[in-house]
Amino acid sequence: MTAVEILIYACLAIGVVFNSLGVIGLLRFPDVYTRMHATTKATTFGSIFTSLAVIVYGFFMFLSQADSQYLILAIHAFLAAACLAFTNAVSAHAIARAAHRSGIMPTPAVVDRLAEAKL
Amino acid sequence: MIDAWILAVLCLVVLMVLATVRLVIGPTAPDRVIALDTVNTLVIASMILLGVVYKEIIFVDVAIVYGLLSFVSTLYIAKYIGGEL
Amino acid sequence: MIEQIPHILVLLGLIVSAILTFHFKDLLAATLAAGLFGFLISLEFYILQAPDVAISQAAIGAGLTTAIFIIAIRATGRFEGESS
Repeated sequence: MTAVEILIYACLAIGVVFNSLGVIGLLRFPDVYTRMHATTKATTFGSIFTSLAVIVYGFFMFLSQADSQYLILAIHAFLAAACLAFTNAVSAHAIARAAHRSGIMPTPAVVDRLAEAKL
Repeated sequence: MIDAWILAVLCLVVLMVLATVRLVIGPTAPDRVIALDTVNTLVIASMILLGVVYKEIIFVDVAIVYGLLSFVSTLYIAKYIGGEL
Repeated sequence: MIEQIPHILVLLGLIVSAILTFHFKDLLAATLAAGLFGFLISLEFYILQAPDVAISQAAIGAGLTTAIFIIAIRATGRFEGESS
């Protein structure tokens, strides 16, 4: 087992573990906002790491076999991970704003700065 | 080497099935939207991994198109829940 | 053997999401279950190695169908049996 394979296995393991933590948080947390906090950050981080495993694999195969289709694989996996990161952040913000506007509050809430600011 | 990729895909598919539980029992509509968003992210991650498993480079392009288009439906549902539509 | 287990789980998820679409009385939740069905059937086409069908299914099922259902729900009523 070479060093590159160990790096790929480590990236895959980190990605799967963080995705699992996100889904466990989705199932176990008591509130809309805490669930969103768990799923958005943990699954975005885990998906970036699984994509990073594909990028490392593509660059390693490109350097060892000099076949340009593996470079295309690495670049396209990077583009997909970038799209995933941007769209996840924006859609989580939209869902949180919609949940606040539809009247759902966190359970121990005492102040509400967003309603006071009248945005 | 192939076994590690398909094992990671198997873990992600099991997590998709677990996230469906929140879509069933979610008390409010934003809970269900969050569960759908989680499934969405997991589908994109597993599509990138399956592109390596099948050794077809063009398959990864599906993940890019998918990530950009499912964003539209999530924003549309969020606009409807917030009462801005 | 191990390649078949994700395929079986995706098919199981398809059946479950179709039953959920039938079961929900809240039509917004039924629309979300239909969106889940669209995501999973796109992954199913991907596993069956048909990426062109998967791209068109992602465009129609994930983008357009949910938006059109939301417009229809806004124009009528949110719950089943409720007259607008």
